Amino acid sequence: MQKMILERKNHITVISGILIATAFISKLVFGNTEIFLWLLVFASFLGVTPIAIQAYQALKVKVVSIDVLVTIAVAGAFLIRNFEESAIVTFLFLFGAYLEQRTLNKTRSAIKELTEMAPESALKQMDNGEFEIVEVGEVEVGDILLVKTGAKIPVDGTIITGEGYINEASITGESFPVFKKRDSKVFAGTILENGTLKIIADRVGEDTTFGKIIELVEEAQDSKSEAERFIDRFSKHYTPAVLVLSFIVWLVSRDIELAITILVLGCPGALVIGVPVSNVAGIGNGAKHGVLLKGSEVIGDLSRLDTIVFDKTGTLTLGNPKVVQQKIYTDEFEKIFGYLSSIEKESNHPLAKAIVEYIGDVKAYPVERTEVIKGGGIIAQIDGHRVAVGNVALMEKENVYLSERIKKDILEMQNDGDSLVLTSLDGEIQLLMGIRDPIRQNVKGTLQKLKKLGVKNLVVLSGDNQGTVDLVAKELGLTEAFGNMLPEDKQSFIKNLQAKGQTVAFVGDGVNDSPSLALAQIGIAMGSGTDVAIETSDVVLINSDFERLPHALGLAKATAKNMRQNIVIAVGVVLVLLISVFFSEWMNMSIGMLVHELSILAVILNGMRLLRYRLKY
Amino acid sequence: MKKAIIQLEPLTCPSCMQKIENGVKSIDGVENNSVNVLFNSSKVKFNYDDERVTIKEVEKVIEKLGYEVKKAQVKDI
Repeated sequence: MQKMILERKNHITVISGILIATAFISKLVFGNTEIFLWLLVFASFLGVTPIAIQAYQALKVKVVSIDVLVTIAVAGAFLIRNFEESAIVTFLFLFGAYLEQRTLNKTRSAIKELTEMAPESALKQMDNGEFEIVEVGEVEVGDILLVKTGAKIPVDGTIITGEGYINEASITGESFPVFKKRDSKVFAGTILENGTLKIIADRVGEDTTFGKIIELVEEAQDSKSEAERFIDRFSKHYTPAVLVLSFIVWLVSRDIELAITILVLGCPGALVIGVPVSNVAGIGNGAKHGVLLKGSEVIGDLSRLDTIVFDKTGTLTLGNPKVVQQKIYTDEFEKIFGYLSSIEKESNHPLAKAIVEYIGDVKAYPVERTEVIKGGGIIAQIDGHRVAVGNVALMEKENVYLSERIKKDILEMQNDGDSLVLTSLDGEIQLLMGIRDPIRQNVKGTLQKLKKLGVKNLVVLSGDNQGTVDLVAKELGLTEAFGNMLPEDKQSFIKNLQAKGQTVAFVGDGVNDSPSLALAQIGIAMGSGTDVAIETSDVVLINSDFERLPHALGLAKATAKNMRQNIVIAVGVVLVLLISVFFSEWMNMSIGMLVHELSILAVILNGMRLLRYRLKY
Repeated sequence: MKKAIIQLEPLTCPSCMQKIENGVKSIDGVENNSVNVLFNSSKVKFNYDDERVTIKEVEKVIEKLGYEVKKAQVKDI
């Protein structure tokens, strides 16, 4: 019975509305006050039933809920035979609840869309070799699955046979389909637009990249900041306090009308849902734009950001050095290239890799003896020659003569910000190479946007030499640059900033720089595989896409502002209502309820604005 | 001990979180500090002692409060 009434709450709202309208028509048009009163009595009874049931359920678990306040108020209105008030208040309360439900569903829609992208079924190869449809929860690691055109990839896996075009927008945010063939990795939640694949499951359910993203977003939307926990504690005592206050007012003034009006006005609705509504809309917007904010604490920190510290290699640059210029001082360069490539193949230094890649296929020579000089390069015996490969310091140590022409070339390359590699053969310079780690595309524009958003300091820290770092900083318009930094130096640098009261974000490699990532108020891991980035970052940029950072920052600021607005609306409305009940003539229960429901709708609609947030520049 | 996540119909009313929290906490066998009602995702998370109470009993309490249970997940801890 109780359940039936609650399920028909929307019908009750409509009928009660019609009854009230008919009542007023019969009074104003036909002048019939008797029908008017009876209709209102009936509307009140009908309307208060679901509210009273909810109130009863709340009291059973010792909660003084809003329903309790409203039920007592309606009963009071009945006592003083004010049926007009009792009918209108119950109607507004029910109608308001309906609107809240509708609008809340809207604010939550962004996140819901995301979770609904989760795959539900899979075609699994059974023991008899046939493929059968199973629920995605039944798939285990190592199972072989068939994916047909138009279907969602059910798990993270590897293609065993077949090829096709896959839309990976749910993971990477990139909606252009990617071609995948045998041995390619595929991800749960992505869609096979074309082709047929047989895949083997590597990771299933919550362990997939998509599963992790969903879990993170789901937790983030309900994570609570300190302010919110305070509101929670506050509202627990607030409703009983309103009840007590109205009782005291009644004792003192013996005015039931006034006492029940206070009950209605004191309802805390907007305060309780104002902050969570902003939170869910803000995080939902981020999720749609490839930015995952891990909860409202992160939103708060990000909105107060003073300094962003960047790691250079792999963050501002691609982390993939390339030979960009060379000077040859010999006619036998083919032989020299052969020597150089053979020596560098034995090293796994990033610069050596760049050289091997640059030279490509050449004749290989057996390397007889190699000696690695720390911070200098390599000295090797090859084809009966002594070959030194390394920087200027190594050449000086080897007593190699540097002509004016070579010195000039060295200086030019240094001014370009390149790392230099010289090659000498039996004490004579043969080759000079300039190697550069290219800066990521659009980094400069991204950094400028961050500055416009109010970040005061943009700092780069790097293990590279100061000269290279200075050049990068100058080119990108960073405020400070520090070279020769070890991971522990970076850590103490961040500690120093924090000691000065700054809020610091660190953007870096998820592996080497994990102490700095953990130390900074906001850690953002880049480019080292989606999984590590998701787990270690406070702000996850999907696909480690640097260009999403300004959106994350702008969104955090907008969300934090939205939360403050909602708190002001909620507290302001209650204060104004309570003051006007004592100091004005026009305030009554119905107006109070109307304003109240409007304030709840106002905070929800205000929160909804965040769904449409875009960065302006 | 078990850890449970109960998915409810979408929560919309401001005071329902408190109602559900108190309701679930009052059940014998549910670890009080572990009860967490999530407003936006409309979930209840809690730990309980499966020798003293079953998940069905918890679901019943929540349904009696007027909230429909959609799905319950239980894990060992």
